[in-house]
Amino acid sequence: MINATTPIKAESRGLNFFYSNGTQALKGIDMPLYENKITALIGPSGCGKSTYLRCYNRMHDLYPGNKYDGQIVMHPDNTNILDAGVDPIEVRMRISMVFQKPNPFPKSIYENVAYGLRVRGESNKRLLDDKVEEALKGAALWNEVKDRLQDLAFNLSGGQQQRLCIARALATDPEIMLFDEPTSALDPIATANIEELMSELRNKLTILVVTHNMQQAARISDYTAYMYLGELIEYGDTDMIFTRPTRKETEDYITGKFG
Amino acid sequence: MNSNTSPTKASVIENLTAVRAMIHRHKRNDILFATIGLLAVMFGLLTLLTLFIDLVMDGYPRFNLQFFSDFPSRRAGSAGLLSAWVGSLLVMFVTFFTAVPMGVAAGLYLEEYAPKNWFSDLIEINVSNLAGVPSIIYGLLALGLFVYGLNLGQSILTAGLTLGLLIVPIVIVSTREAIRAIPVAIREAAYAVGATKWQVVKDHVVKYSQGGILTGVIIGMSRALGETAPIITIGALTFIAFLPPSPITTTAPFINFEWLSSSFTVLPIQMFNWLSRPDHAFHINAAATGAIIIVVTLLMNGTAIWLRYKIRKNIKW
Repeated sequence: MINATTPIKAESRGLNFFYSNGTQALKGIDMPLYENKITALIGPSGCGKSTYLRCYNRMHDLYPGNKYDGQIVMHPDNTNILDAGVDPIEVRMRISMVFQKPNPFPKSIYENVAYGLRVRGESNKRLLDDKVEEALKGAALWNEVKDRLQDLAFNLSGGQQQRLCIARALATDPEIMLFDEPTSALDPIATANIEELMSELRNKLTILVVTHNMQQAARISDYTAYMYLGELIEYGDTDMIFTRPTRKETEDYITGKFG
Repeated sequence: MNSNTSPTKASVIENLTAVRAMIHRHKRNDILFATIGLLAVMFGLLTLLTLFIDLVMDGYPRFNLQFFSDFPSRRAGSAGLLSAWVGSLLVMFVTFFTAVPMGVAAGLYLEEYAPKNWFSDLIEINVSNLAGVPSIIYGLLALGLFVYGLNLGQSILTAGLTLGLLIVPIVIVSTREAIRAIPVAIREAAYAVGATKWQVVKDHVVKYSQGGILTGVIIGMSRALGETAPIITIGALTFIAFLPPSPITTTAPFINFEWLSSSFTVLPIQMFNWLSRPDHAFHINAAATGAIIIVVTLLMNGTAIWLRYKIRKNIKW
């Protein structure tokens, strides 16, 4: 069962989301993210799980016409990050994101990791060096790249590129890290590496992950949410969702009868 | 064919013959089209090549250093290109510094900042239209605006600004195309770490679209180099036996802007002038100038292709 003593890091309250063409992609979602836990979002394609994730760093603001309604409140400061008065840049400085396909910049490995700090105006070489090393270590990539930090990021393998993207997201010490199907473009070994890494990262920050792969959700997450057609069908302890779901729809999806 | 009984050998062979005849017929069309296509390609290329060879053969007696270091003269044999190539160089210099900042800034604004509404659609259509406006119209505009309106005279500055305006649409279009080639994922990655729009533009968009922008600039410049009509319209002189004041001086402050207001001539005008003389000896000079313009244009376009290749090599998406 949900542990009542674990503090909540953030939660959405009655979150509705409308794309610019008028379609409602999220319908009144209430869901907590527990601190230092991994919450997985599962559901069939088009159910709104990526849309939900991208509300957390206001990615939808990049495209005109999208509309939020409801709240995402961060704790302990009780900031509603969807509030029009909160700058999306401030939100992205607290909540970082790892994308579906590795998307390093066409720059050196070093500059990829340092970019988040440079954006914050950091130019002290010593401090940058330390932070880059720390982030690469945190992303389990340091040993593979420490001798070639000035190489182009594109020369890394797909799995290494994704860990580089994790390092980039980690370098700025975010409170929450969002993962949008982070392993869907990777082979099984690289996937296993990323999953292991996510389990370790849990000690430092709170994770929200969207995944297509139910085994992955079962393996790595503490809490799981099943979404369908923009609604949150069921949310709960991962073990419970996968062994004793209370809703028929969840059971059908998890057992493969649907989806 | 009957599906219940197996076909006889004769019917199979008959069938096969028919199929082979059909394939043969269809392949004839392949060959036919390939031939027409090849002819079309050759027509363009060979015509240009013939023209170029003709120019070189006519003009080869003048391919020597003297031709580049002599001023125009009444005697064809000692007339040279000095004032024309120096004029072209200086005009191109002004053109570059007019077209690049304007074109790149406009392209960046339209692609990254402009709100998408009917007004930006209107601008969009007009930018494409501008690229197709006949160059003599730009000449008329420049005559009214720069020469008389702003009193810049028939100067290098006027010519450079005119040609700059002429190629701004080319720079805008190539800038926008280069920007659009940047994947959304890269942009989102930059925004996701907390970059502002300007940081994304400065650190990513401009950097990754450099190759495409540069290509557009060079292609625009090579077009400007050969433009004659607008330069004639603004009243460039055809016989210039002096050089503009040097941009670099030996005394402080070492830079001199007087050359901007100097009268001038450029390569295509010098060529036009020689061509319009009755004396055949001047036609040799014109042919040599034509060949030189073509070579410089080809070199510029070649550089554009090479630069694009070199810059793209490090960017894979």
